[in-house]
Amino acid sequence: MGQASLRTDELYQGTLARSANIPVLSPAGRAGRAHGARAGLWPRLMSHRGGRLGLIIVLAYVAVAVAAPVLAPHPPGAVNLAGRLTPPAIGTGNLLGTDQLGRDILSRIMHGARVSMLVGLATVSISAAVGVGLGMVAGYYGGALGRVLARFTELLLAFPYLIFVIGAMSVMGPGFWNLVWALSFKGWVEFYRLSRALVMSEKNREYVEAARVLGRSDSVICVREILPNIVSSILVLGTLRMGNMIVMESSLSFLGLGIPPRMPAWGSMINDGRRYMLTSPWVATFPGLALALLVLGMNLLGEGLRDVLDPKMMEG
Amino acid sequence: MRLSRLQVKLIERIAATIPLTLAVALAAFVLMRAIPGDPVDIMMGEGASSSGEEVAALRTQLGLDEPIYRQLSGYLKGLLRGDLGYSIIRSRPVAEMIWEALPATIELAVYAMLFALALGIPVGVVSALKHNTAFDRVSTAVSFVGVSLPAFWLGIVGILVFSMTLGWMPTSGRIPYGLEPRHITGFLTLDALLTGNMPALGSALRHLCLPAVTLGLGVAAVVARVTRSSMLDVLGSDYVLFARAKGVPEPAVTIRHALRNAMIPTVTLVGLQFGSLLGGNMIVETIFGWPGLGRVVVDAIFARDYPVVQASVMVYALTFVMVNLITDLLYTVLDPKIALQ
Repeated sequence: MGQASLRTDELYQGTLARSANIPVLSPAGRAGRAHGARAGLWPRLMSHRGGRLGLIIVLAYVAVAVAAPVLAPHPPGAVNLAGRLTPPAIGTGNLLGTDQLGRDILSRIMHGARVSMLVGLATVSISAAVGVGLGMVAGYYGGALGRVLARFTELLLAFPYLIFVIGAMSVMGPGFWNLVWALSFKGWVEFYRLSRALVMSEKNREYVEAARVLGRSDSVICVREILPNIVSSILVLGTLRMGNMIVMESSLSFLGLGIPPRMPAWGSMINDGRRYMLTSPWVATFPGLALALLVLGMNLLGEGLRDVLDPKMMEG
Repeated sequence: MRLSRLQVKLIERIAATIPLTLAVALAAFVLMRAIPGDPVDIMMGEGASSSGEEVAALRTQLGLDEPIYRQLSGYLKGLLRGDLGYSIIRSRPVAEMIWEALPATIELAVYAMLFALALGIPVGVVSALKHNTAFDRVSTAVSFVGVSLPAFWLGIVGILVFSMTLGWMPTSGRIPYGLEPRHITGFLTLDALLTGNMPALGSALRHLCLPAVTLGLGVAAVVARVTRSSMLDVLGSDYVLFARAKGVPEPAVTIRHALRNAMIPTVTLVGLQFGSLLGGNMIVETIFGWPGLGRVVVDAIFARDYPVVQASVMVYALTFVMVNLITDLLYTVLDPKIALQ
C-alpha cells in the first residue's frame, strides 16, 4: 500500500502537480464559476462517462455501508465453527462463503465497507480542514508562519508515509481513531500545499481587490470570497485522496496495525485469508475485490470531477 | 572559477538536504522512543521468567538505561562520524545491514520500473496513435483498473495463481540458499551475469518476476496514461503538422518528432515513481519475503530496534530528497524553459 497509495499519489502529483506545478483551475474555467456555473456541475458530471460510473460505484458502496446492519444476512462477528471455510454458493445463506471461523464473508465485507469509508471520510475531512485552514493563512499572509510551515511540510514529506504511520500505530496501538489521526498527521500536507498555492494566485485578483476596497476584513475575504473559488480544486483532491486513504487503511489492517481485530476490515480479512489461499481462495479474494472496486470508483469520480470542473486540465 | 547560476542552485539544493536529513533522523529518534516497550521488553517477551537483574543488566549493556539526552547525543555524535550504530536485536552494525538490504530493494525497483516502461510506453503510444479506437478505450479502462488495484492484494493473488497453482514461480525470497553468485555488487542478476553464472541468473529472474510485476503494474498504468496524453498533445502540435506537410513518412513523424518530445513528462514521472518504488514497497517485500530495506525497517519497528529504524528512515529520506533533486535536474535539462527552483 505504501506502494499502492503512492500510485494514486503519484498519479496525482506526477501528472498534475509536476507538469502543471499545481492543480490550479485555469482562469477560463474559473470565470463566474463561483456563482452561475456551479448549477451545471451535476448534469456535466452525469454526462462524463467515467465520472458517472465512479459516482454510481461510490454511491452503491455508501448505500451498502449505511444499510449494512439491515442488508447483511448475518452479524459480521457471528462464529459458526461447524460451517468454517464453506465455499461460495447460492442458496446456502453464505453467498460468498465463510472464513476460517465460519463467519459470513459477504456480511463482513458489507460491514467492512463502513469501516473503510468512515476512515477515508474522517481522514480526508480532518486533513482538508487542517490543510486548507493553514494553507489559506499561509497563502494570504505568507511571512514567518509560511516559512515555518514550509520547513515542517518538507520534513513530513521526506519521512516515508508508511513508515511514519506504522511507527505511529505502534505508539498508539490499533484503533479506529488512532488510525485516523496517524493518517491525518501527514495527510494534511497536500491540502496545505494546494490551498496555499491557490490562495497565492487568487489574492491578487480583481474581486479580492474589490472586496478589500469595500473594507471587508481579511477573514471575510478568505472565507466568503476566496474559499468558494478554490473549493472545487480541493474537492477533486479530496476525492482522489479518499481512495488512497482507504488503501492505506487496508494495508495497515493487513499488517495488523490498523483496525482492531474485533472490527471487520478488508485488510485484516485479506490477511486472515492468506493462510487458506490454496484451499479456500475466496476468503482473501472477495475483500480484495471489494477494496479494488471502491478505489476504482473513487478514482473515476475524482478524475471525472476534475475534468468537469476544469476541462482544460484533462489528463494533466 | 565562476559558478553558473545552475551550479549555485545545485549546491544550495544539495546543502539543503543535510539539515532535512538530520531533522528526519531526529524525528525518527523521538517517534521510536515514544513507542511503548523497549527492545529488551520485546526480546524477553511478556511474562518471561528472566529475573529483574538480568533485564537490568541487558539494558545497561545496550545503553538503554542512560538518560534520553545522552542516548540522543551519542546517536548524533555517531552520525557525524558516519557511524550508524549497532542493531540491538541482531547485534551487528546497522550500516552493514542496510548495505546488504539496499541492493535487494534497488534491484526490485529497477526491474519493476523496467516492466512498467516496457508495458506502459508502447501501450500509451499506440493508444494515442489509435485515439478513440477500441484499443484506446480498452487500454484506458485497463490502466484505470491497474492504478486502483491494491498491491498487497495483487501480490497474494499472484502467488496463488502463479506460484501455488501453476507452480511457475517461487513463492518468496531472492534466490535459494547456496545458489547465490559470487558477491560483487549485491545485485544478484548483475553479479550472475558478471560471473557467467547462468543457473543463478535464471533463478534470480524467476524470483524477481512476481514481485516486480506486482510493484510495477500500477506504475505501468500511470506511465501509459501520461505517455498517451502527452503523445496526443504533441501529435496535435504545429511542428508535427509541418513535418507531415513536408512529406516526412509517418513512422518517422511518430518516432523522431512526436515520441521524443512526448517523453518529457514521462521521464519526470519515471523519476518520481522510482522514488516511490524505493520508498513504498514494504508491503510487497513483506508478502514476497524479499530481504530488502522495507522488510528490515518493518521488522525493526516491531522489534523496537531503534538504531535500525533510525538509520533506515534516514536512508529513505535521503533517497526521497535525492530522487526529487535528480528529477528536477532532468526536467531542467529536457526543458530549458523551466528554471531550477
